[in-house]
Amino acid sequence: MEDISLVTVVLMLPLVGMLVMLIFARNEQTIRWSALTFSLLTFGASLLMLRNFDTAEAGLQMVHKVDWITGESFVIRYYVGVDGISIWLILLTTFIMPLAILSSFNSIKDRMRLYYAFLLIIEWAMLGVFMAQDLFLFYIFWEVTLVPMYFLIGIWGAENRIYAAVKFFLYTMAGSLLMLLAILWLGNEAGTFSVPDILAQLDQGVLSFSTTTERWLFLAFGIAFAIKVPMWPLHSWLPDAHVQAPTAGSVILAGVLLKLGTYGFVRFNLPLFPEASDYFAPLVAVLAVIGIIYGAWVSYGQTDVKKLVAYSSISHLGFVMLGIFALNSAGVQGGLLQSVNHGISTGGLFLMVGILYERRHTKLMNAFGGIWKAMPLYGGISLIIVLSSMGLPGLNGFVGEFTILLGSVGSDVLSWWFTAAAALGIILAAVYMLYMFNTVFMGPLDKEENKRLPDLNWQELWSLVPILIMVFVIGLQAGFFFDYMDVSVQDLVNHVNNSVMAAAGQ
Amino acid sequence: MENFFDLVPLVVLFPLIGLLINLFAGKQLGERGVSIVAVGASAMALLVSIVLWLAQVDTGFGAVVVDAPLLGTWIDIPSAGVEIGWQFRVDTLSVTMMLVVTGVGTLIHLYAVGYMHGDEGFPRFFVYMNLFLVFMLVLVSGNNFLMMFVGWEGVGLCSYLLIGFWFDKPGDEGWKNSDAARKAFIVNRIGDFGLILGVLLTFWTFGTLDYYVPDEEPIPYHHAEHEAEPLFTPDITGVDGAESHAVSGPMGVFNQAETWLTEGDHRVEFGTVSIKFEHMLTVITLLFLLGATGKSAQIPLFIWLPDAMAGPTPVSALIHAATMVTAGVYMMVRANVFYHASETTSFVVTMIGATTALVAGFIALGQWDIKRVLAYSTVSQLGFMVTAVGVGAYTAAMFHLVTHACFKALLFLGSGSVIHGLEHGHHHVAHGEHDHDDGFDPQDMRFMGGLRHKMPLTYWTYLVGTLALAGIIPFAGFWSKDEILVDSLKLGLDDGRLDGYLGFGMLLAAAAFTAFYMWRQVSMVFYGEPRHAAAEHAGESAPVMVWPLMGLAFLSAVIGLINVPSGFPVLGWLYGEHQFANWLEESVTYAHGGEFNWLLATIAVALALAAIYVARTIYNDRAITDLERDPLERLSPRLAQAFALSNAKLYWDEVYFAFVVHPYRRAAYTLAERVDWYWWHDFVHERVIYGTFNRVTRLLTDVLDLKIIDRAFLRSAEAVRVAASRIRRIQTGYVRTYALSVLFGALLVTIIILYPVLRDLLGI
Amino acid sequence: MEASEVSIELYVLLSAVLFAMGALGFLIRRNAILIFMSVELMLNSANLALAAFARQWGNADGHLMVFFVMTVAAAEVAVGLALIVAIFKTKKSTNIDDLHMFKD
Repeated sequence: MEDISLVTVVLMLPLVGMLVMLIFARNEQTIRWSALTFSLLTFGASLLMLRNFDTAEAGLQMVHKVDWITGESFVIRYYVGVDGISIWLILLTTFIMPLAILSSFNSIKDRMRLYYAFLLIIEWAMLGVFMAQDLFLFYIFWEVTLVPMYFLIGIWGAENRIYAAVKFFLYTMAGSLLMLLAILWLGNEAGTFSVPDILAQLDQGVLSFSTTTERWLFLAFGIAFAIKVPMWPLHSWLPDAHVQAPTAGSVILAGVLLKLGTYGFVRFNLPLFPEASDYFAPLVAVLAVIGIIYGAWVSYGQTDVKKLVAYSSISHLGFVMLGIFALNSAGVQGGLLQSVNHGISTGGLFLMVGILYERRHTKLMNAFGGIWKAMPLYGGISLIIVLSSMGLPGLNGFVGEFTILLGSVGSDVLSWWFTAAAALGIILAAVYMLYMFNTVFMGPLDKEENKRLPDLNWQELWSLVPILIMVFVIGLQAGFFFDYMDVSVQDLVNHVNNSVMAAAGQ
Repeated sequence: MENFFDLVPLVVLFPLIGLLINLFAGKQLGERGVSIVAVGASAMALLVSIVLWLAQVDTGFGAVVVDAPLLGTWIDIPSAGVEIGWQFRVDTLSVTMMLVVTGVGTLIHLYAVGYMHGDEGFPRFFVYMNLFLVFMLVLVSGNNFLMMFVGWEGVGLCSYLLIGFWFDKPGDEGWKNSDAARKAFIVNRIGDFGLILGVLLTFWTFGTLDYYVPDEEPIPYHHAEHEAEPLFTPDITGVDGAESHAVSGPMGVFNQAETWLTEGDHRVEFGTVSIKFEHMLTVITLLFLLGATGKSAQIPLFIWLPDAMAGPTPVSALIHAATMVTAGVYMMVRANVFYHASETTSFVVTMIGATTALVAGFIALGQWDIKRVLAYSTVSQLGFMVTAVGVGAYTAAMFHLVTHACFKALLFLGSGSVIHGLEHGHHHVAHGEHDHDDGFDPQDMRFMGGLRHKMPLTYWTYLVGTLALAGIIPFAGFWSKDEILVDSLKLGLDDGRLDGYLGFGMLLAAAAFTAFYMWRQVSMVFYGEPRHAAAEHAGESAPVMVWPLMGLAFLSAVIGLINVPSGFPVLGWLYGEHQFANWLEESVTYAHGGEFNWLLATIAVALALAAIYVARTIYNDRAITDLERDPLERLSPRLAQAFALSNAKLYWDEVYFAFVVHPYRRAAYTLAERVDWYWWHDFVHERVIYGTFNRVTRLLTDVLDLKIIDRAFLRSAEAVRVAASRIRRIQTGYVRTYALSVLFGALLVTIIILYPVLRDLLGI
Repeated sequence: MEASEVSIELYVLLSAVLFAMGALGFLIRRNAILIFMSVELMLNSANLALAAFARQWGNADGHLMVFFVMTVAAAEVAVGLALIVAIFKTKKSTNIDDLHMFKD
C-alpha cells in the first residue's frame, strides 16, 4: 500500500465533506457551515500542497498511482499528481469554492442540502480533472462536472433554467463524446491510459501516429476543449448558462469550469500532438483573435449586466487561447496565469452582479445609475474588480494579458498581426467595461428604488475581500506565480518544439 | 550623499500612505485631518524629491537604480528571458519630473483644500489626488517601460475618477461628467494600445525593458566638450566613467540601441519577424507616439482633454495641465535615443505636434468657457513640446514642460479662483432675489468682466501667467518657447530638414494665437464692467487658495532663468548658460543647450505683443454687449465664419462621433442583437441545429419508426395470429385425437430410432 | 437350461398383443373407466416385456423397472380415479367426448 498523497487528500476532502454534511447536518445553519468548513479545509490542504511543491521539478509531484482496472491489453489507473501546469488551477478551484459557497448563504433558500452537496461534488470533479493523469480517469471527472452544474442551473436557476441547463449539458456532452473516442483509440494503441506513459512511449518511438491520425486526434480532443472554453464560434451555450445560473453557479462556471478547456489544451493537446498543435496553431489563433474582438464588441451591445460579463469571458478566454498557441514559454505561462486571473476577476464580477440582483431583482443596466453613491463600499470594490478585468497594470489582469501578448509577439508560429489585433481587445475591454461601470455606478442617483439600497453585509464583503487581495497580489508579484510554472512549462514547450523539429527533419 | 538615493521609494510611499489613511479613516478625520494628511503626504514627497535633487547635484548627476523594498521581481519568467522588476531610477530626468510633480502637486493640494471646502466628497477627492501622485511618480521614476506603463495607465485611471468626481450631480450634468470621464479613459486606452505594442516590440528587440541596467551609464553623444567627469559612479568601485562607457555584459535598451546604431547593419530577428534594426526603431517610436498622442492630447486623440474640464478645477490644473498630460513628452524624451535615430518618426512627431499646436490654438480663439480656453491652450502648448521632441530639441521640450507646468497650473488655479468667486457672488445674489435661473454658468466668460477690482490678487497672478504663456520676456514661457522655435529653425537651416521649417512656421503662428486668445480671456474676465450680478458680487478667494497662486506666479516669472540660452547678455553670465541642459544631458543623451538668436527672439516677442494689442483693441471694455455674438464676429463676415468654426471646435467631436463612435455602437448592437442572438443563437442554434435535430427526430419517429419498423412488427404479429388461428384447429379438445397423435408420434419416434435396424432388416 | 423354457419371442409377442389391445381400447372406447383400464393394460404389457427381457439377460434392472412402473401405475390409478369421480360428479357422465371445455 502506497502512502496516500497530499493530492489525493485535497481531491477527496470535498467528497468526504459532502458525505459528512449529508449524514450529520441537521438544520440549515449546519448545512451551510459544514459546506463552507470543508471547502476551507480543502483550500488549506491545497495550500499545504503548494508549500510542499518543488518548483525546480518539471514533472509530476505528489503522485498517487493505483491500478484500477487491468485488462489483458490495457490498464486504467487511479493516477493523480500535480505539476507546474495544474498547480495554480487547483489553487484557483479551492480558492473560488469557499467564495461561491459563502455567496450562496443569502440567496439559496430551498433544497439547501442538495445544493451544497452539488457544490461539493463539482469541486471534487473539477479538482479531479486538474489532477488526473490517466486519460480514462480524466474523462470520468470531466463528465462528472457536468451533472452538478446541470442541476445547479436547472433547479436554482432563473426563469429559463431548464432550457439553459439542457443546452449546457448537450453542448459539452457532444464535444466530449468525440474525445472519448479519441481516448479509447489512444488507450488501445498505447496499452495504457496514463498520459506520462503514453508520452514516454511517444518519446521512445514505441508509439507513433501518422500525421493525419495525429491531426484527427488533435481535433477530437480540441473540439471538446474548445466547446468548454468556449472558443468562438462555439460560444452560444455560455450566455444562456450564465444568465440562467444562480450566482454561485456563474462564479464556478466562469471561475473554474471554463478553465477545464484551456487546461485540457495545455495538458493533452500540446504534449500528445505537438506536430498537430504546430499545424493548427494559426487556425486556433485566428479563432482566438476573432473571439477577443467579437466577444468585446458584443459585450458592448448588451443591456443585461450578466450577459455582458458572460460575453466578456469569450473575449478574455480568447487571450488565453492565443497565449497557449503561441507555443512558447511566455505565451503558455501567460495563458495559464490569465486563466487564473480570469477566474478571479470574472468570478468577482459575477459575485458583484449577484449582489445587485439580490437587492433589485433585475440585471438590466438601465435600471441602475449612480449606485456608487448609495453603496460606496460596493462601488469601490466593484471598480477594482472591473479594472482588474480590463487589465489595468498593477492588477492581475494586466500581467496575464501582457505575458500573453509578449508570447504571441515572439511566437515562431504566429505572425505579428495576431498580437496587433489581440491588443485591440485592450481598447475594446475599456469600452464595454466602462460602459457598464458608468451606466450602473456613475451618473445621478435618480431612481427612487435605488436610493435606499443597503451596502454590503459581512457575508458579501468577505466573499469579495479575498478576490481583492488576489487581484493585488498577482498584479504586483506575478513573479512568484510564474516561478511555480516556469520549469514545467519550459519542459512542455521544449518537448513540443523538439517533436516539431523532429517531424520536420524526417 | 549617495545613500540618499535609496530614499526614492519614499517618494511613492508617502502619497500611498496618505491615500490609505484617508481612504480608511477619511470620514473620522474630518476636513481638517484629511487636508493635513493629504497635503502632508504630498509635501513629504516634495521633500524627498528635493533631497534627491541635492544628492544628484552633490554626486555629479550620477544615476542610480534602486530596487523597491518589500516587493520581489514583478514579472519573472526565466525560461522566456523575461525579468521585469520594480525598480526606481534616479537620474536628472526623473528627478526633474519628480520635482515638477510634487512641487506643483503640493501647491495644488494646498489650493484644493480651499477649493473643495464643504464638498461632501472631500476625503474621496484627496484619496484620488494622492493616488494620482503615486501613479505619476511611478511613471516618472520607474526604470523600465512597463513600470512607466503602470503609472501611465494609473494616472489615466485617476484622471477618470477625478473627471467623473461629480458623477452624482443631478440630471444631465452627472451624466455629462461621467461620460467625459469615460471618454478620457477610452481615448487614452487607444494611445495605450500603441504604447503597449511598442513595449512588446522593444522587449523582443532588446531582450529587456530596462532603460539602463543598474551599473550602466548612458553612452554619451556629441556633448563631450562640456561633460563633467562623473564624480560618482553608482555601485561600481574602481571603474571610472570613461571606462564604463565601453559597456559589456547586460545593457539596457538605450545603450544596446546606441551600440547597434554605431555598428550599423543590425537585424532584429525574433519569432516570425526579421527586420532591419533602424526600421524596427521607426515602428517602435511610431507606436510610442500613438501612446503620446493619447496621453498628451495630440491630434488625432486630443478630443478628450477639453471634456476633461468637467472635473474640479484643481484636477484640471494638476492632471490635465501640469503633469499627467506631459507624460507623453516625458516618455519621448526618455526614449530620445530611439527618436533621434528615426528621421521618419521625427518628421511625423514634428508635424503632429505643430499641427496640434496650431489647430488647438485656433479652437481656443472661439471658446467662451474660461476653462475650455485653457484646455485648448494646454493642448496647443503640448503641441509645442511634442514639436520640440520632433526636431530633436529634447532639452527645450523638457524645459517647456517645466515652465508650462508652472504657468498653466497657475492659470487653471486662477480660473478656479474666478469660478469660485463667481459662484459665491451668484450664491449671494440668489439669496437676495429668487429668479436667478437665467442660464448663468460660472465658467462662462460672458458673465464675467471687471473682476480686476473684485479679485486683485487673482488678477495680478493671472496676468503673470498670461504673460508667461504668451512668451513675453522675461517670463518663463519666453525662454522655453523661444528655445523650441530656435531649435526648429536650426534644424531647417543646418540640416535642410523640411519638418524644421514647417514646425517653425506653424509654431510661430500658434504662438501669435496664444497671445491673442490669452489676452481675449484677460479682457473678458478682468477688464471692463461686470456683466452679471454674480460678477458684481464676486470676492477674493480664501488665503489658502491665493497663496499657491502667488507661489506659482513667482515660479512662472523666474523659472525660465534655469536655462538661459548661451549668448544671452548679462543673464547668461549671471545665472550660467543653459544650466538645465547641462543637468539633463546626464540622462538624456541627445539633450543640448539652446543658443540665443536676437532676431528670432525679437520677432517672437513683437508678434506676441502685436497679438495682445489686437486682442485688446477688439475686446475692449465696451466690446462684449450681447451673449450671442463675439466681437470678433462683428468685424467681418469672413472672421465671423472663422469664429464659428473655432467655436464649434472644428467639428472634431462630431466627426469622431459620426465615423467612429456611432458606427461602433451601432455595430455592437447589430452584432449583439442580430448576429449573435437572433442569427447565431436563435437562428443557427435554435432553428438550424436544434430544429434540424427535431425534424430528424420527427422523421425517425413518424416515418422510420412508426411507418416502417413498427408496422413491420405489427404485420408479423398479425401473421402469427392468423397462422395460429389456423393451426389451433387441430386442437379438437377430444382426448382421442390427442391419443391418436401421441400414438403416431410414438410410432414415428420408434421408427426413427429403429431406422438403422429396419434398414438392415429390409436390406436397403 | 431346461427344455420347458418358453422362448423370449412368445413373451414379446404376448406383450405386443396386449399393448395393441390396450392402445386400440384407448382410442376406441368412450368410457373414461375403460380408457383407464386400457392404459393399465398397456403399462402391464410393457411390464411383461421388461420382466421377460430381464430374465433373458439375467439382469435385475428390468425387474427394478417393473416395480417402478407398478408403483407409478398405482399412484396414477389413485389420481386418475379421483379425477374421474370428480368429473362424474359435475358432468354426470364418464363419456370423454363430453370433456372438451378447453377447446373453446
